[in-house]
Amino acid sequence: MIPNTIQDARAQILAGNLKLTDLVEHYYTNIDASNEEINAFVYLNKEDALKQAQEIQKKADAGNHGPLMGAVMGIKDVICENGKPTTCASEMLGDFHSVYDATVIERLKAADAIIVGRVNMDEFAMGSTNEYSRYGAARNPHDTTKVTGGSSGGSAAAVAANMANTTLGSDTGGSIRQPASYCGVVGIKPTYGRVSRFGLVAFASSFDSIGPLAHSVEDAAAVLQAIAGFDERDNTSAQLEVPDFVAAAQNPKKDIKIGVPEEFFGEGLDEGVKAIVEANIKKLEENGAEIVPIHLPHTKYGLATYYILATAEASSNLARFDGIRYGHRADKNAVLDELKAEEAEIKARLKAASDEEKPKIETELEKLDSALTRLYKKSRTEGFGPEVKRRIMLGTYVLSAGYYDAYYGKAQRVRRLIQNDFKEAFKQVDVIVSPTAPTTAFDIGSEINDPLQMYLNDAYTISANLAGICGISVPAGTHENGLPVGIQFLGDVFQEEKIINAGRLVELLR
Amino acid sequence: MSTIAHERFEAVIGLEVHAQLLTNSKAFAPVAPIYGEAPNTMVTPLCLGHPGTLPVVNENLVRYIIKMGLATNCSVAEKSIFARKNYFYPDLPKGYQISQFDTPICFDGYLDIELEEYNKRIGLTRIHMEEDAGKSIHDQDPYNTLVDLNRAGTPLIEIVSEPDLRTPQEAYAYLTKIKQIVQYLEICDGNMEEGSLRCDANVSVRPRGREKFGTRTELKNMNSFRNVEKAIEFEIYRQIELIESGGEVVQQTRLWDTSKNQTRIMRSKEEAHDYRYFPEPDLPPIIVTTELLDEIKEELPELADVRQKRFAEEYGMSEVDAVTITEDRYLADFFEEVAEAANNPKAASNLVLSDVLRVLNEQSINIKEFNVSPARLAELIKLKEEDKINSSAMQTIFDAMLDNEKSAEELAKEMNLIQVSDTGFLEELVDEIIANNPDEVERFKAGKKQLMGFFVGQAMKASKGKANPKMVTQMVAKKLN
Repeated sequence: MIPNTIQDARAQILAGNLKLTDLVEHYYTNIDASNEEINAFVYLNKEDALKQAQEIQKKADAGNHGPLMGAVMGIKDVICENGKPTTCASEMLGDFHSVYDATVIERLKAADAIIVGRVNMDEFAMGSTNEYSRYGAARNPHDTTKVTGGSSGGSAAAVAANMANTTLGSDTGGSIRQPASYCGVVGIKPTYGRVSRFGLVAFASSFDSIGPLAHSVEDAAAVLQAIAGFDERDNTSAQLEVPDFVAAAQNPKKDIKIGVPEEFFGEGLDEGVKAIVEANIKKLEENGAEIVPIHLPHTKYGLATYYILATAEASSNLARFDGIRYGHRADKNAVLDELKAEEAEIKARLKAASDEEKPKIETELEKLDSALTRLYKKSRTEGFGPEVKRRIMLGTYVLSAGYYDAYYGKAQRVRRLIQNDFKEAFKQVDVIVSPTAPTTAFDIGSEINDPLQMYLNDAYTISANLAGICGISVPAGTHENGLPVGIQFLGDVFQEEKIINAGRLVELLR
Repeated sequence: MSTIAHERFEAVIGLEVHAQLLTNSKAFAPVAPIYGEAPNTMVTPLCLGHPGTLPVVNENLVRYIIKMGLATNCSVAEKSIFARKNYFYPDLPKGYQISQFDTPICFDGYLDIELEEYNKRIGLTRIHMEEDAGKSIHDQDPYNTLVDLNRAGTPLIEIVSEPDLRTPQEAYAYLTKIKQIVQYLEICDGNMEEGSLRCDANVSVRPRGREKFGTRTELKNMNSFRNVEKAIEFEIYRQIELIESGGEVVQQTRLWDTSKNQTRIMRSKEEAHDYRYFPEPDLPPIIVTTELLDEIKEELPELADVRQKRFAEEYGMSEVDAVTITEDRYLADFFEEVAEAANNPKAASNLVLSDVLRVLNEQSINIKEFNVSPARLAELIKLKEEDKINSSAMQTIFDAMLDNEKSAEELAKEMNLIQVSDTGFLEELVDEIIANNPDEVERFKAGKKQLMGFFVGQAMKASKGKANPKMVTQMVAKKLN
């Protein structure tokens, strides 16, 4: 029987009961068996992975292996790996290969993790269901008619379906924690600045965090340990010592102070989810934790604030995808033909027009796109999917002259208020608890035409990204509908040990 | 421009100067901005706008701009942030330019400009940092625009003046001053023709006596100091003509066309971009501590104004000479090196002001391209000082040194220009001249002392320029008195 966690696999390898190559083969066998249905992996590099497994096995035999020996990982398709496709699940980057390794990839390799392939996601990490993907939706391993959550849907599904023992995801508004909750795995969103973003294709630069998804809190802590720490290539990464996260998972304190924010248990929360989370809180209390009711009064502004600031940054971050240097470019001749036809059509109307109508038609002619402008428009119209376009338009709008103060400026001020809410709360408590998402996974296709409903799935996760703090989602139980429910712990900035500690307690009490 | 126009209207001019910084690497990428390299070879994934790349601030950029701020009497912000300026263009790889918007690092400064008839203080609104775009090349391929991204990400500072300038001449003097300062600070080479210094001008006119500004136009594409002056002059004239003929100036951006010597419309106000500036989330704010500010103050070199005064005092130079020699930092450096090596500032300034400057002008080069070292010039001065050569020989040797690696003394010997100071030979020569010119001797003795020149001339002629004129003079005087 091959174990599911890094921790157990590594123990067996070191005991001589398991070969790393066999472990890697095992995951490829699982991928072969389930991927067609789950659609978690979008690219595999078996040959490389097996070669690496042989080399790392030698190190393990000699006793000089890295801390992630035994980690068999999938990487979200938004993190650059040298020479491999980095498509962000977008037609725009359909044939793009990165020319360098992200810092997290360098660090995983240095720690002797093995990467088996790249996993599915919502296009450019925008979405909460993994349905907005050039590869099609990933499916929830607990019920393949349900969504995985998103945007790191592939990352969560790959772990849940045992196609990898750990994966990397990215979390801009809940994109690690929410799919972890839907798929019944552990997911950590580290503090902003804890993990280098160098090599993470940017969605919203001041929100994006890379983090691990795993079967256990300890595995997630081990992966986080390996990727965390200052990077001179990212000016927003923090110059701080990285504490021992694995130790925090191994020896959790029981007498922690847990804040329960009223605002996270109100309207919109599924009763079944609520019951499971509250049962967990009760168990934690019985086990020695102190439960403190708290308030996060600006929570209700979180979603609106997020969708202004994150889309503003996204509209700028995605400007580089213009089809000029790489990525999808519309057919040049089609662009020229299109313009020629439009020009002819306007001219024909001009000819037939009365003197009165002429000036208006002449303006149309003057305003006709240049070939360059039309090439941009057509390339981007063809290359981006609907959710990405929606966010680019929204972000462009909120930054426009005359609207900046009303939207972006105000949202920035509200972001500070939300940060202050947490600052105040963490004066009283070690961690804050809540459900990760308001519901369990829902049917594929049920919300894709209702973006506002979809955005509500992020209601409990989004404030961590607004405040820059850390969060973890840990499986808390099974809903009466048979689907997993996740419990979320939020911790103050650079206090990952505390959320790891709390998450581990939930695991132990389950 | 007609006199009437001058009397009735005055121009209001503000300049935006971009200076490309001489940092060792690009503004936000660790790659050297090397000019003249093959297109698209000095690039990293960041310069190409590859997904996942992040900018990292070049520390020199911050130091350099603070130097400029201090040299122009600016306040330096304790905290300033970067902003993104968003627009699409093929030579802008990221789709935005990292710049500064409402919090420039330096602000509220001034500098003094000197014109022939007056001096004037010009206010500086702000100096901020930004990165350069790549270069679009429209004239090399008949069907396509080519893009070279070597320049993308090179650090620039933008210096924005108050609308304090009133004439094209003032604009010219202001630019010259900026160039001088950046060169003295060694933060930019100040070469406008090569684009390391670039200038846009905002120009409007208003009836004299009116306080309110007229509608302005923005002039671009002026790639030399003279072109800036000419373009502004043209634009003032164009605007006045327009108003006088009953028209109205329209706010627009205009390009200077060097071949036609006129400005033409590039885009109107309606077509102006909405740059959607917002704080750059990839870069933390720039914090300038008092310590850093003090450290940079210490590093500031002696600037032209101070140096000019020192030259006048220390070397007894005339004000005009001091101004000329300190105008270009490297010329002043060159002079000081010659003066020190020769231990003769007077001779050094004469040589630099007359001969060296003449050659620079003739060859249209700057002092850095001048191929005679200060040490070699000092040697030439010493030869003269030691009476081994005379003034005319000095001139001949100087010219020979320009395309020769040999020392002044070697050249003097080779060209047979070492002065004869041999008393025996000179006595014989002088005696011969006295004997051959009895009339002149008589008149000299009778008091016509100006004839000394005649005797020395004869001696020089007879010795083919090698006789030591000082010794000849002494001998003639002794023998005839």
